[in-house]
Amino acid sequence: MSLYYTQKFLYELNRSPAMQKAYRDDPLAALDPFDLTTEERGALTRPDIGLLFHLGVNGQILMHFAAFHRIEWGDYLQRMRDGIETHGPVREGVYAMTGYEGTEAHATSLGQFSGAEASSASPAPKGS
Amino acid sequence: MPLVYAGVCSHAPGITGRADQADPRARATFYEAFEKMRADIANSGAEALVVIAAEHFANFFMDNMPTFAVGMADFYDGPIEDPAWLGIEPFRAPGNRDLSHRLITEMMQTVDVSYAEEWKFDHGIAVPLHFLTPTFELPVIPVNINCQGPPLTPLGRAWAFGEALRRAADAVPERIAVVGTGGISHWPATPDSGKINEAWDRDFLDSWQRNDRDALLAYNDTGVHAEAGQGGFEIRTFIAVSGAANGATGTVHCYVPIPIFAVGCTIASYDLNSC
Repeated sequence: MSLYYTQKFLYELNRSPAMQKAYRDDPLAALDPFDLTTEERGALTRPDIGLLFHLGVNGQILMHFAAFHRIEWGDYLQRMRDGIETHGPVREGVYAMTGYEGTEAHATSLGQFSGAEASSASPAPKGS
Repeated sequence: MPLVYAGVCSHAPGITGRADQADPRARATFYEAFEKMRADIANSGAEALVVIAAEHFANFFMDNMPTFAVGMADFYDGPIEDPAWLGIEPFRAPGNRDLSHRLITEMMQTVDVSYAEEWKFDHGIAVPLHFLTPTFELPVIPVNINCQGPPLTPLGRAWAFGEALRRAADAVPERIAVVGTGGISHWPATPDSGKINEAWDRDFLDSWQRNDRDALLAYNDTGVHAEAGQGGFEIRTFIAVSGAANGATGTVHCYVPIPIFAVGCTIASYDLNSC
């Protein structure tokens, strides 16, 4: 796996209109210069937000990829939760520092701090 | 001139991008505190605003991640995000390349600083500017501390950076205001977005108000991540301001947890006459 290049692609995509056009025109060709696994290419082209989070992509990069695909905020959060449910804890990266096994387990370990957004209660964010 | 203002504020993108989803009273309390901060900075006579931020992979990535970076340009564009998503229209903020050059040159005497002649502001700076310089009348000097890609800037170095900034600001003829901006506890852009550890935040802010160097530097990344999330790594920006205001006492003007903004919304400042 190559978390670095997965995130590098998303970093470039987030900041480059030219890259965004290339990705829209031919996603696989846009990914070609990056050293990615088949799993990563699939996640980046479908797109599979939950799998990308499971692979370890930082949310500060991933949330813009979701917005690019017009995925609403609450839906974005839910897709990440579903990704952990489906694929298991985050494999690598900053969220794997202390393990990440899902919001309920995480809340328990933190002492049940309240306030996490329930996806069903989150209306669409402005403009996305 | 001696530093004229030192404070901290939140910068989460939801503050502007999801404003319509927040509790109106909580939002109003926070926005009013932001407006007071704007007025305090204006009344300080500041001629430039240094914004110490924790940018989020907009300009700096793990291919060449600076521990500290300071902008050195005459203008900065933003936001780098979709304006509709962030709720902030495209803008060009004024900089001051000459002033940046002089500040960086002095800071480099004690802290290794990267400089950037091009910098596109993400929400980490765009949101504070939206409230603090809404008409972009005040030149901005952006600073980034690596709070995102481990290994992160050590907390003690963030304090040292603040001290270096203070020394440099005091040495130039311009009146400088500094604002650090970051979250305290938060889990931004993750499934736990909206979770806020208020007790942890209040403990941290208590130490920040007292400018308690030992207490602030006693935090460590493992503990911060466990109790305050990866967003808690952004305390480096608050600590840098504490270093700049070394010896001063501070006031928390606003602390309001707003889950849809994904952070305990904070406005605080130091009384620079108290040191």
